[in-house]
Amino acid sequence: MARSTGEDAQALIRSLRSAYAATPKNLKIIDLYVAFAVSTALIQVVYMALVGSFPFNSFLSGVLSCVGTAVLAVCLRIQLNKDNKEFKDLAPERAFADFVLCNLVLHLVIMNFLG
Amino acid sequence: MMTSGSPAAGGSLRHAFGGVLSFFILVLIGVLAFSIRLFSVIKYESVIHEFDPYFNYRVTQFLTKKGIYDFWNWFDDRTWYPLGRVIGGTVYPGLTLTAGTMWWLANSLNIPLSVETVCVFTAPIFSAFASWAAYLLTKEVKGPGAGLTAAALLAMVPSYISRSVAGSYDNEAVAIFALVNTFYLYVKTLNTGSLFYATLNAISYFYMVCSWGGYTFIINLIPMHVLLCIVTGRYSSRLYIAYAPLVVLGTLLAALVPVVGFNAVMTSEHFASFLVFIILHVVALVHYIKGILSPRMFKVAVTLVLSVGIVLCFAAVAILIAVVAASPTKGWSGRSLSLLDPTYASKYIPIIASVSEHQPPTWPSYFMDINVLAFLVPAGIIACFLPLSDASSFAVLYIVTSVYFSGVMVRLMLVLAPAACIMSGIALSEAFGALTGSIKFQLLASSDPQDNAGDATPVSVLPENGKAKIDKAEETTKERGPSKKNKKKEKDVVEKASVSHRPENRRAEKKLRALPIESSVMGILLLVLLGAFYVIHCVWAAAEAYSAPSIVLTSRTHDGLHVFDDFREAYAWLSHNTEVDDKVASCYRRQQYLEQHTYCNCWYAMSSPEKAAWEIFNSLDVKYVFVIFGGLVGYPSDDINKFLWMVRIGGGVFPHIKEPDYLRDGNYRIDSMATPTMLNSLMYKLSYYRFVETDGKGFDRVRRTEIGKKNFKLTHFEEVFTTHHWMVRIYKLKTPRNRIRGKAKKSKSKATTSSGSTISPKTKKNPWQ
Repeated sequence: MARSTGEDAQALIRSLRSAYAATPKNLKIIDLYVAFAVSTALIQVVYMALVGSFPFNSFLSGVLSCVGTAVLAVCLRIQLNKDNKEFKDLAPERAFADFVLCNLVLHLVIMNFLG
Repeated sequence: MMTSGSPAAGGSLRHAFGGVLSFFILVLIGVLAFSIRLFSVIKYESVIHEFDPYFNYRVTQFLTKKGIYDFWNWFDDRTWYPLGRVIGGTVYPGLTLTAGTMWWLANSLNIPLSVETVCVFTAPIFSAFASWAAYLLTKEVKGPGAGLTAAALLAMVPSYISRSVAGSYDNEAVAIFALVNTFYLYVKTLNTGSLFYATLNAISYFYMVCSWGGYTFIINLIPMHVLLCIVTGRYSSRLYIAYAPLVVLGTLLAALVPVVGFNAVMTSEHFASFLVFIILHVVALVHYIKGILSPRMFKVAVTLVLSVGIVLCFAAVAILIAVVAASPTKGWSGRSLSLLDPTYASKYIPIIASVSEHQPPTWPSYFMDINVLAFLVPAGIIACFLPLSDASSFAVLYIVTSVYFSGVMVRLMLVLAPAACIMSGIALSEAFGALTGSIKFQLLASSDPQDNAGDATPVSVLPENGKAKIDKAEETTKERGPSKKNKKKEKDVVEKASVSHRPENRRAEKKLRALPIESSVMGILLLVLLGAFYVIHCVWAAAEAYSAPSIVLTSRTHDGLHVFDDFREAYAWLSHNTEVDDKVASCYRRQQYLEQHTYCNCWYAMSSPEKAAWEIFNSLDVKYVFVIFGGLVGYPSDDINKFLWMVRIGGGVFPHIKEPDYLRDGNYRIDSMATPTMLNSLMYKLSYYRFVETDGKGFDRVRRTEIGKKNFKLTHFEEVFTTHHWMVRIYKLKTPRNRIRGKAKKSKSKATTSSGSTISPKTKKNPWQ
């Protein structure tokens, strides 16, 4: 039972890897960016747990900026993905421009809230 | 109009004509929304109504005089005396900033509008905007025809008029526009999946948070809808784009507003959005993995993840429950709790329960406030299901939740109004489309012999369908005659062009759905009639019911209109005869009207006997006491009627005030059967001092009895002013004696003089002994 679970897990990981290797390069770059943002957020949370949350607005704006830009990058990835039928007539430049605009608004708010 | 060369050019010409027509219709709807709210300005004058808006007006004046930085840092020591109020941190700034911006814009263009004019007319302008936003929203849900109908309905609906009439300068004036706008942008993002609209949605949500505490409705309704879409299997990547950026950006923007601050992440009202955010990410991940794996491997993945994940889930949920359960109200604020449990406020927080707007509405008020729409809403809900889309499921969820909340609190009928208009607009335009479509079809069919020869469906099929449709149509109303017809006809003709491609199927189908021409015409006429009733009711409600500025009362006597201008008479006396820094005590909301004086809410003072009340007032430096009394003219919302709330609120804070002391047989009475505590309380004394002189018996027209204690003197207060109809009575505190008599004995009280000169010491009881 455990062995079959272990074998299943390994087979699963292998198939995940092979499927993921097939994704185009630009999407992989976006995925890397998302991973970077999320890990930055996690580091900030750990830091807060160690040091205390005194300027709470700074903590909140830091974490939410990382989470926010990760979410926006995921939205960009959704819009650029060729497998997605809903967005097949959306120009990639338009998607990227929307992404930049939304990030601008997000970071304007962050800078205001950072204190 | 129909004779163009190729069908494509004809179609685009018709579309262009339709676009121009709907533009003009929207302009007219805006003008209608603006002008129907101007009754009170025409009948009385351009003043600000009620008492609460005067506080907002005062804040706006400060903003225009001192600028935005001083506004944020303003600590007002004149409201909520003696504590003062941090204006920057406790006021929703949206309304005042909007009006201030409009004033500044007008003045920079050299249009010399005063601040008062801008404030009075803010509400009608924004109601025009709200109608346009409703058009856009309904257009996303169903189509332009429904949009125009919904906009026209919202321009006139009495519930919205009641809170946005010219002169009603309160938060809801701009908040309803922000609400509908936010919903429109959310649905637009959902339909198009564009990140641009998601950004606009977040900004519009920010405006809503700035304007009104009701923004929690949005931040709970949208997650509910996302959850509904996920559960009904309608997850799509557009849903992710519509919701996830809104949560992050929206939380940040909400935290930016000082009133909300860190409540945006710490109160339970926002937890729903975070929970659904997490759930959405899980679903998105699952969706993605399902896309890249083969089905067999996906099953393996699911079983693996479930076994591990469930354990982790339980642990996380247990921790969360423990944290939330540790706080006394489970993290919810009092007002939100009173929405979930309607009896909560009356048990625990009397000051919330005392506001008359927080009571549940009566059944007739539904008919008064949304009139015919109450019948149209169910038809609209059905129409939303044929076919069901993300946007129409959102509309259904909106109407259902707003109906529930309006049943809890009459003030939230206002949130029901846009939902009811949207649903009714959809119902009306669908009914209208069916009727006009069948007229057109019948006309075409009778003029085209080929159809009649070729069809196999007998005429007998039609009446059955017709009867069912007529029943539905007779329950619906109608709006805007010719324009709607044209739009629907254009759409149907475009449809006809495609019909010709598949002649037999579509023709048979249309024949089945077409009604006999007489029934259709009757249906349309009945819709017109019902729409006329709606319009008449709305105009009546706007003119008679909702346009009275509460500061001036009128009544119709046999010799014409009688005006009771007592409040302004009293305020004028105060402004002429008192110093700027004198403190005036009054009850409830009258205080915001005049800004020169500081007002204090002294619930407990009014319930106490005269001497104790004098001491309380003296410790707060109060010089005058302001009492509203309606017994002479029959004005029902005077202070004695509100006395029970004073006792309850005071009793909540000071335990020695016990409500049963004032009750006889469970009722508050002021006649001879009243309790001694009641007869000795300051409230009774100040209201009924010298009342016997009016008619010899002291008959109180509001309570409809003679008063209990008729002839008494005031020992610590003196009456300085009573208005013409005795509606406002102003008393001054007597200063303590200069010299203290040796023995502590009660001295005889003298008759007091009627206007104030308190320089000479009087021989009265010294309260300091």
